[in-house]
Amino acid sequence: MKCGIVVFPGSNCDHDCYHILKHILNQETHWLWHKEEASLESFDLVVLPGGFSYGDYLRAGAIARFSPIMNSITRFAKNGGKVLGICNGFQILLECGLLPGVLIQNQSRKFICKNVFVSVDNPDTAFTQNCGEKNVLEIPIAHHQGSYYIDPHSLGQLEENGQIIFRYCDTNGNVSAESNPNGSVGSVAGVANEQKNVMGMMPHPERCADPLWSRIDGQIIFQSLISNS
Amino acid sequence: MAKSKKNRPGPEITPEIVREHGLTVEEFRRILDLIDRPPNLTELGIFSVMWSEHCSYKSSRPYLRKLPVEGPNVLQGPGENAGVIDIGDGLAVVFKIESHNHPSFIEPHQGAATGVGGIMRDIFTMGARPIALMNSLRFGDWEEPRTRFLLNGVVDGIASYGNCTGVPTVGGEIYFDSCYNGNILVNAFCLGLVKSDRIFLAGAGGVGNQILYVGSKTGRDGIHGASLLASSEFDETTEDKRPTVQVGDPFTEKLLIEACLELFECDWVVGVQDMGAAGLTSSSFEMAHRAETGVFMDLSKVPLREEGMIPYEILLSESQERMLFVIKPGHEKEAFAILDKWGLDGAIIGEVIEEPCVRIQFDGKEVVNLPVFPVVDGALDLKRETKRPEYLDQVVQIDLTELPDFSHGDAALKKLLACPNIASKEWAFEQYDHMVRLNTLVLPGSDAAVLRVKDTQKAIAISVDCNSRYCYLDPYEGAAIAVAEACRNVVCSGAKPIGLTNCLNFGNPEKPEIMWQFQQAVEGMGDACRFFDIPVVSGNVSLYNETKGDAIYPTPTVAVVGLVEDQKQIMTQGFKKSGDQIALIGFTMEELGGTEYLKTMFDRSDGKPPVLDRKHEKQVQDFCLELIQKGFISSAHDCSEGGLAIAVAESCFSYGGQTLGATLTLESTLRNDTLLFGETLSRIIISFPEERTNEIEDLAMAFPVDFSLIGKVGGSHFTVTVNGKEVIKQEVNILKNIWKTSLGNYAGQVT
Repeated sequence: MKCGIVVFPGSNCDHDCYHILKHILNQETHWLWHKEEASLESFDLVVLPGGFSYGDYLRAGAIARFSPIMNSITRFAKNGGKVLGICNGFQILLECGLLPGVLIQNQSRKFICKNVFVSVDNPDTAFTQNCGEKNVLEIPIAHHQGSYYIDPHSLGQLEENGQIIFRYCDTNGNVSAESNPNGSVGSVAGVANEQKNVMGMMPHPERCADPLWSRIDGQIIFQSLISNS
Repeated sequence: MAKSKKNRPGPEITPEIVREHGLTVEEFRRILDLIDRPPNLTELGIFSVMWSEHCSYKSSRPYLRKLPVEGPNVLQGPGENAGVIDIGDGLAVVFKIESHNHPSFIEPHQGAATGVGGIMRDIFTMGARPIALMNSLRFGDWEEPRTRFLLNGVVDGIASYGNCTGVPTVGGEIYFDSCYNGNILVNAFCLGLVKSDRIFLAGAGGVGNQILYVGSKTGRDGIHGASLLASSEFDETTEDKRPTVQVGDPFTEKLLIEACLELFECDWVVGVQDMGAAGLTSSSFEMAHRAETGVFMDLSKVPLREEGMIPYEILLSESQERMLFVIKPGHEKEAFAILDKWGLDGAIIGEVIEEPCVRIQFDGKEVVNLPVFPVVDGALDLKRETKRPEYLDQVVQIDLTELPDFSHGDAALKKLLACPNIASKEWAFEQYDHMVRLNTLVLPGSDAAVLRVKDTQKAIAISVDCNSRYCYLDPYEGAAIAVAEACRNVVCSGAKPIGLTNCLNFGNPEKPEIMWQFQQAVEGMGDACRFFDIPVVSGNVSLYNETKGDAIYPTPTVAVVGLVEDQKQIMTQGFKKSGDQIALIGFTMEELGGTEYLKTMFDRSDGKPPVLDRKHEKQVQDFCLELIQKGFISSAHDCSEGGLAIAVAESCFSYGGQTLGATLTLESTLRNDTLLFGETLSRIIISFPEERTNEIEDLAMAFPVDFSLIGKVGGSHFTVTVNGKEVIKQEVNILKNIWKTSLGNYAGQVT
């Protein structure tokens, strides 16, 4: 699989995504610099990593959407290319309209960094096809603006279309207010576009994909994409 | 004459102006002697910051010289921006801890944030990529109305700055005591990784080389932060000093890290220094001083944030996220290309000159012409008077027979688990991104933070420590104990201590009693470091932590860095498996002085601190490390604040880990309170599979070291029996909940 990782000024998890794809999963991996438009036809996957692009000033992701590289990514996505936005990457995908909804401040008004559980709501996508029987993944979150919001009608549509990919849950897969770390509507942790080739998620799969740690649930997402490519 | 007139624009220097600059009459006289003419106002401002306590270390320097700073692996000791220690594989660690106390009290969010920014720049200035942040925070009593505001502000400031720069904050300590009501402490630690042959030093070498200004534009913030804020006591006018607090921009810091690391790859970069305390002034003078050269600068070329700034302001501004590079001529374009890539400001503002002077021009006129040496090294070491404080006679005696012992310890255990100093710090740790960059092997909340060193088998362990109540009761022993404990923490994680950095927080040094505390603490720290063979490679002194005559407890915070040769040999404090044996390395004595138990149950901060037997301590640490390296044990936890019962309880429910019960069966002639909550040093709680028992006992005998089996892991309760009688029995989940939620409940209350 040929992967591109976008580097914005303020990207923090770019090296982590690179490390997992290149060194742990042995995929061909390239950097994509925010200032340059790029021809992405030959790529199988573009990752928008976490961090604080442009300092998250104004609003998380609000400035990054105007980067030249985003024109290329929008074209790539419209042509069916697979785009994965993690954390700040998810925020950027929402800002540029490739995904529906918005992310607002956590209910606690504080940054939260910890392991959480997510249930796999739709296992039939390029991002989740390797989940198999495993319907609960343990993945860390680390964000301040991670509370997903969309109006009830649109949420219903997302559910109908199978666009909700992950929801926060407890270890047994129960979705409830207690297991919702940031107040996301419907406990939504990850959503896809209608075509399911663009997916954004707040949890960080790259943070649980290196076998040096005992938990590597994040690998399943990358492995799914590899199988699909 | 003509020259000195030209040099003296602005007002005449009156005694009033000298005093306002925090300089004494003697110091002003010395300036006149050294430069042989009266300084102009700008020059006076330069002396004011450079001779301030904060920059010159004039009260502390004579004592600091007694600390051991050398070792076979030390690549750089004190004197540069940070210390450097070789860890093999062609790599070295760069680390330092630094205070940002005064600003954080006045404006907690920005004060703490810029503290983090400053220490990070000290690290990447050396050519290293920062890979870990930690901190030691001290606040006033929970009952003090301002404490909650300060706690929230500081933690938020650290989180917002550290998280945005993408450097993980991997842990730290938070203490509360009424001695910090008027002066909180924010000590920030950073560690970076560098190739051992690519270490950059802060010298302005090579006449004709260009001075390159990099980073944020210069504004009017933080002027006199070092001299007037950090080098005097707080009083009624403290709030007025808010404009001396700098404002941080972590996004620019992140860009600065990446741009600087890229610049360091170039062989035309000669030297670099960050503009921290005393800004452009200290960076230019110190770089010239280190290289025994001079510097010429034209302030008209400095990128400015505001219009109408005068040389005085440009030179003394402490605007954040700025660096000064020295590069070889002819490479300006390449340098600007890198800065442009990262969207940073840059400007050539001067060059290195032969004459050992700093000459500064503004609008075509010379505004400063000062010899380097007098400014950097001219402040006289002050031989401040020392006197043993009288309070010590009152506090060290404690009569245990006056204290009621308990027959059942449940209430005390619960109260201690909820008390500010023992309760879990998870509320703060969760606000820090402690995982970014995928190196954090041990999450915050264990004895030490542990980070892997990518592309090697190695890992680095870090512990920040100081029990200031012990230091108050005996500064010499207290400081030695801080060293011993930090080493023990690092050892419990499977690492061998390799180096130390300190942040010495004290009251007003003009008072002989404070100076005595300082002298004693530095001696105690030095002696302990020599005994444990740990070099002190960097550090920082923060004096005047005093408000209206009330000083903080002496707080010589240490950060010890340890090296793990094999990532597989990392140990954590949580129990792992039901059925495992629990054992104690070391033994418990009848000591209760200075304990958290006395403070929490009886509101007393007296008695003698526990006795440190260094030789015994070393044996306990060596034994524990050998057990870990042999792979015999499943957990190791330092027994410190709250004693044995708290240590075992913490092992039952460590953050991030599972929850397991434990049953302790103790035989003892000690009082119940000292046995369970006494803080005898040199003790480690370990657990291991039962089949290892004989091997471990044999090894203990051979060492020799005190070792006793005290219980078993398992069940849903934490139970302790002493001499056959049950003294503690509680459901672990209830205890865990008390411990876990206490700090967050306190911080989140709206008053």
